[in-house]
Amino acid sequence: MDLYATELMGAKAYDVGGHYVGRVREFFIEPAEAPNRVSHYLLSRGHFQPLVAKHNQVASVAAGKLELNVSERALELYRPNESWLAVQKDLLDQQIIDTRGRKVVRVNDVDLTPFRTNGNVELRLSQVDVGLAGAVRRLLQGVVPPKVVRKLQSKLPQGAIRWEFVNLVEPDPMRRLKLRITHEKLEDLHPADIAEIMEDLSAAERQGIIASLDEETAAAVLAELDERLTTQIVEKLDPEKAADILEEMAPDAAADLLGDLSKETSEELLHEMPGQEADEVRELLEFDPATAGGMMNTDFAFVGEGSTRDEVLEWMREQEFNLDQLDTIVLLDSLAQFSGTISVARLLLAAGDQRMTELKMEPLLSLSPNADDKEVFELFDKYNLRMLTVVDKEKRPIGAITVDDVVSSLLK
Amino acid sequence: MLNRANIAAQWAGWSEKVGRARAATRPFRKRIAMFFAIVGPGLIVSNVDNDAGGIYTYAQAGAQFGNTVLWTLIPMTLVLYVSLEMCSRLGAYTGKGLSDLIREEFGFRVTFFLMAVVLIVNLGNVMAEFTGVFWATDVLGINRYVSVPLAAVLVWVLVVQGSAKWVERIFLTICIVYFSYVISAFLAKPEWLIALLHLLPPQLLQFVPNIKPFVEVPKFDATYAVIVAGLVGTTIAPWQHFYLQAAVVEKRVGPRQYGHTRNDVLVGSISCMVIVFFIIVCTAATLHVKGIYHIDNAGTAALALKPLAGKGASVLFAIGLLNASVFAASILPLSTAYVVCEALGFESGIDRKFGEAKIFYGLYTALIILGAGLVLFLGAHANTILLWSQVLNGFLLPVVLIFILILVNRRDLVGDKVNSPGFNWVAWISTAAMILLTVVVAYTSLHDLFHW
Repeated sequence: MDLYATELMGAKAYDVGGHYVGRVREFFIEPAEAPNRVSHYLLSRGHFQPLVAKHNQVASVAAGKLELNVSERALELYRPNESWLAVQKDLLDQQIIDTRGRKVVRVNDVDLTPFRTNGNVELRLSQVDVGLAGAVRRLLQGVVPPKVVRKLQSKLPQGAIRWEFVNLVEPDPMRRLKLRITHEKLEDLHPADIAEIMEDLSAAERQGIIASLDEETAAAVLAELDERLTTQIVEKLDPEKAADILEEMAPDAAADLLGDLSKETSEELLHEMPGQEADEVRELLEFDPATAGGMMNTDFAFVGEGSTRDEVLEWMREQEFNLDQLDTIVLLDSLAQFSGTISVARLLLAAGDQRMTELKMEPLLSLSPNADDKEVFELFDKYNLRMLTVVDKEKRPIGAITVDDVVSSLLK
Repeated sequence: MLNRANIAAQWAGWSEKVGRARAATRPFRKRIAMFFAIVGPGLIVSNVDNDAGGIYTYAQAGAQFGNTVLWTLIPMTLVLYVSLEMCSRLGAYTGKGLSDLIREEFGFRVTFFLMAVVLIVNLGNVMAEFTGVFWATDVLGINRYVSVPLAAVLVWVLVVQGSAKWVERIFLTICIVYFSYVISAFLAKPEWLIALLHLLPPQLLQFVPNIKPFVEVPKFDATYAVIVAGLVGTTIAPWQHFYLQAAVVEKRVGPRQYGHTRNDVLVGSISCMVIVFFIIVCTAATLHVKGIYHIDNAGTAALALKPLAGKGASVLFAIGLLNASVFAASILPLSTAYVVCEALGFESGIDRKFGEAKIFYGLYTALIILGAGLVLFLGAHANTILLWSQVLNGFLLPVVLIFILILVNRRDLVGDKVNSPGFNWVAWISTAAMILLTVVVAYTSLHDLFHW
């Protein structure tokens, strides 16, 4: 039968001869050895120095009672160890990430499953309890007999998360390393979900998560995060790492982020970034965020209007476009001036030798970078646009506003 | 046909030509936006303070002791600022709410009992707010069986249906109505110089030769101590600390924006006290000088103003009271539900949908229905409700302050932003003084209640 951490805390421990040794005050997991096995039990005995029992010294465990298979003399004195995860101190009442439910929850209790191995009993942490039943158990622990509590809780809604879906949060990088905490499980989530999880955590914990994500995921998460938090996070990151993350971001998102930082920090980061990317971002930084220039992205696809569909496709295959985002291509005339746009769907259906001029979409829309955001919204609404080209005074395209830029600035 | 290299060549010069004109305006616009994004919690939290219980106590203090209680305002501002500042600092540097921190550092059981007490105390406060609605509408001639349920529904809809930003803006706008107290005070034509003089302790002023004749010296006795305790108790309430810290976290205030928030708390503390100053001066100049020493309720205070300062002052007073009560009645249940849910690990926040945060909305609704319902049911004992809500606040406050002080001095939580020794001295002495006052007020309240 499963055991709960609350039932084990305060349990009386007896040695092999049946002599009372002390009470269980804490127990630990050593992630470097086994990810969920209870490796050490801390036995306190009043004002004496506490002892520690190892997992292979435990003969049986039940609610309120722990029996050892060795005599008291075989036990070692307790010494704090940073690479042990303390269930009471590090887990109970703390926030963890439920990677399956994609949210941050608080641990009420921990479920332990006993496994009988040769001559001893090992406890394995099977799930963490976040529901009402765990809360009631915590409240009544030590006041009401465990049997009564068990009976009572069977009627309460259970809320448990399997240990393999639990992602611990630890702000201290050294401790994270010692406890083998990674955020690999998080990387499988959608960046928007990770961002929402991070918004529920404290500043130090957020920092820890961003620092341990790979740059690509970190960039995607930062783009989704509440902008007030983004600046706080980037300011505290190591500039080199921050620049690496910025490089992965779309230039307009990077510019938005840098625009919120102090001039020195943003210059420092731009300095760390490779020349071409930094230049693109610098250009965008010149614009007020509430104008077409501030909303646009300088990363967009453009081709000459005289080229044929096959030529364009061939050229596109060689480029490193973000294909999930690409749905409109800008056309240029022989003076490199804006001559129209064409949707990828039209391109798809066109004949191989059809020229871009014939496929051009009507009406011919473009905007100056100084146009204010209201004008942008109106155009998107009126013409059901997914993309709008921004042109300079010479009518040369300098950027593109996509519908997701519009949505996010509408929500601000 | 056009090839890419050709275009790239024509392209070269473009970036120089694109407008830079707007770049210069950006920092200033941003700074303003930043201030408005962060200003608010401190201002809201200190002004919700001037609620029904508060107005009753201030008016009573002014009527009974006139200007002689004004000297307490300056030390009270200091204590209010010190205690709220610690919470906002905890919020900004840990990114966690007060109840979260208590849960993480002191365990489940401590948190559970604290939250149970918070729930009861705040239910008392909510009842006090609906009592305010009841009195104010009485003065305006509206039946309480219409006004109280109406206010309850209004409050509920306002918060549940509105988005968080929208609700907060409404509240901030309504704050302006507090100036009706100031107008009331001016209509009452008090002796301003003498009132200002009494901001300094009269016990000291009486020894200054030329000033002595203008100074009224209070008699230090039990009733005076109770009024002072009441003033402190109603001005510095436990729920404010939870609310402020939660708001600071929700507004994403970090170390860099912390300066703005501290100013906000400072402005809030001072503006709250300025309003209190006007209420006391107003009642002192109208009631105290005419020999009306006792106020049965805040509504009586409004009625008492009628013959003295004209019909206008009375209506203003009632509107001010109504606004204060509705304002506090919408914030209190909300912050209570939020704090309790956060601490015990339930989903919370008005940005969540009803189905996602059932317990949160359930608690919020129950507090409003119970609060309003009990007030209608116990209407005749409104004085007792106010009294008890204050006594309970007084019991809880020192406990909360001790938690705050322990947490804010933990280097592993806030780093080098722990209290300075001087700040700690002020804070601990204030806490000790508050415990002393609580004992006094508790003793006398129980004494009054059971006629010992």
